[in-house]
Amino acid sequence: MRLLDILSYTGSTLGRYRTRTGLILLAMAIGVASIIILTSLGEAARKYVVGQFSSLGTNLLIVIPGRSETTGGAPSMIVGETPRDLTLDDAKALTRSAYVQRIAPVMIGSASISWKQLDREAPVLGSTAALLDIRHWNMDSGRFLPRGEIDRATPVCILGGKLYRELFGSETALGKWIRIGDRRFRVIGIMASEGRSIGVDVQDLVIIPVASAQSLFNSPSLFRILVEARNRDVIPRAKEHILDTIQERHQGERDITVITQDAILSTFDRILRALTLTVGGIAAISLFVAGILIMNIMLVSVSQRTAEIGLLKALGAPGNQIIVLFLSEAIALSLAGACFGVAVGMAGNLIIGHFYPDLPLGAPWWAVASAVGIAVTTGTAFGALPARRAAKLDPVLALSHK
Amino acid sequence: MIQLKGIHRTFQVGDQEVHALNEINLNVSPGEYLSIMGPSGSGKSTLLNLLGLLDRPTSGTYLLNNQDVTVLSDFEQAKTRRNKIGFVFQFFQLLPRLTAQENVELPMMLDGIAPNERSQRATEVLDAMGLSDRRHHRPDQLSGGQRQRVAIARATIMEPAILLADEPTGNLDSKSGLDVIKILEQLNNKGLTLIIVTHDPEIGVRAKRHIHMIDGKIVESRTDTIAETKDSLPS
Repeated sequence: MRLLDILSYTGSTLGRYRTRTGLILLAMAIGVASIIILTSLGEAARKYVVGQFSSLGTNLLIVIPGRSETTGGAPSMIVGETPRDLTLDDAKALTRSAYVQRIAPVMIGSASISWKQLDREAPVLGSTAALLDIRHWNMDSGRFLPRGEIDRATPVCILGGKLYRELFGSETALGKWIRIGDRRFRVIGIMASEGRSIGVDVQDLVIIPVASAQSLFNSPSLFRILVEARNRDVIPRAKEHILDTIQERHQGERDITVITQDAILSTFDRILRALTLTVGGIAAISLFVAGILIMNIMLVSVSQRTAEIGLLKALGAPGNQIIVLFLSEAIALSLAGACFGVAVGMAGNLIIGHFYPDLPLGAPWWAVASAVGIAVTTGTAFGALPARRAAKLDPVLALSHK
Repeated sequence: MIQLKGIHRTFQVGDQEVHALNEINLNVSPGEYLSIMGPSGSGKSTLLNLLGLLDRPTSGTYLLNNQDVTVLSDFEQAKTRRNKIGFVFQFFQLLPRLTAQENVELPMMLDGIAPNERSQRATEVLDAMGLSDRRHHRPDQLSGGQRQRVAIARATIMEPAILLADEPTGNLDSKSGLDVIKILEQLNNKGLTLIIVTHDPEIGVRAKRHIHMIDGKIVESRTDTIAETKDSLPS
């Protein structure tokens, strides 16, 4: 039998039993579409979180004062470790390392910002010129903090986009003097609007030199130090180096915590990927159910069409030709259902994407491929039993069935 | 052409063994016109199915063109059915979703013949059956007689040597039944071996050789020397 004839014969059968064809297509399509939509959501969540973390900076190590690890109870309880402050001198000490590309000490506080009659409470971030590079931020206009000695308290500030609009409206702010707390600062730059980056919204910030922040808040202690390692490979060595250096400077106490961003990132990445696979796997079960539906309906079809099978045998169709005919029906059904499901899944993604534009939705190719693969495989596997049953039918009984 | 020797066919019904065919010996020469008659349950349909390779004997040998066909594989038997044997059934057995022409093309499709040749041959045969204007009708748009003629066209499209008809008029009124019989007889006149199973004596006696079966045995086999009906046939 020619391939084209097999296809047209299958087509005529499927066309005749439209309800049953439609139901199987629907079952398959729902299965495939749910795999696609669920894995897309999972992947989108993963990409979103990873993207958020990457916007913090690459090859980043974060040095936080105080120890968050517990290493055995007794000594620390006796000594009662009080964390020493991280100071600008600590930060400077860290720059003298081959593993460190650049560092940015960070102080954070809150102060009232005023210009003319407008007054507003806003977070104030004290740092250095290197922050811009470490965090991959962009300037809207003007320039960032001046380079040079990090302990120079220059009275300049950079406004976040939203804060700038609230204070100045459409007026230009560059070169104007504003008041932060009880000091005056000259506006030298405006930050470009960035998306939210975890913890801080750049849009609301005022950024001033770290030394100015120290005198503004009257405190030498840093909130944290951001360290950018020279490359990805030296991150563990850089971490060790930072711990050693600070230990030396803090009278032998390891009273800081170094978080490597890559560690957090890869943990999240793994968790979310596992989650995606899990929901995808649950959705795949629905395909298995659809496969059983195919088998069920094909079995009914075999008993409905015994006369036809008997006739085909009488006309000279050998058993394996009948298997081919019935299998091609199962394959056609599952393939068409899968294609329909891919279309529904993509449409679903578009609709979800319309309501949640922030989610980087997009069906991962491996999910589409495996959904279609599983659909066709289960369809074929479950079509095999009815096909064999059809082939084994006794033609005499089949023909006298009417 | 057909040689049956000591054919037995038994079925197991519950714990009882039913002897559907009991020691059948039969020879059929090419071009013969044979009718098998007998009450229902006498084994005539079983014999026909066996001749058509739809069933295998429990014991005995069946030589078709001097070849033992009972030992053939499923594939070879199917091939023999496709090329050497045509079937005509009481209930026509046309596929309802296919048109008359497509039904006729079905055996050629199973054989892998190219679509062009298929439609040409099917058109010719349907023309010969007087169904040129019914070619693209589905079975439910055809009368019983027309359906049976489509079925005969399908049975003969592969130019088989033997045509097996199981109660071909059983589901037709007497007029269209007679038409169908005449078509079958015409085919027989052209050399086709025709074997008809019927319990209608009027149909049965038209054959040149009648076989009577009772309880799975051939009780009477008679060959007419004069075919009185032949004169009335249009030729």
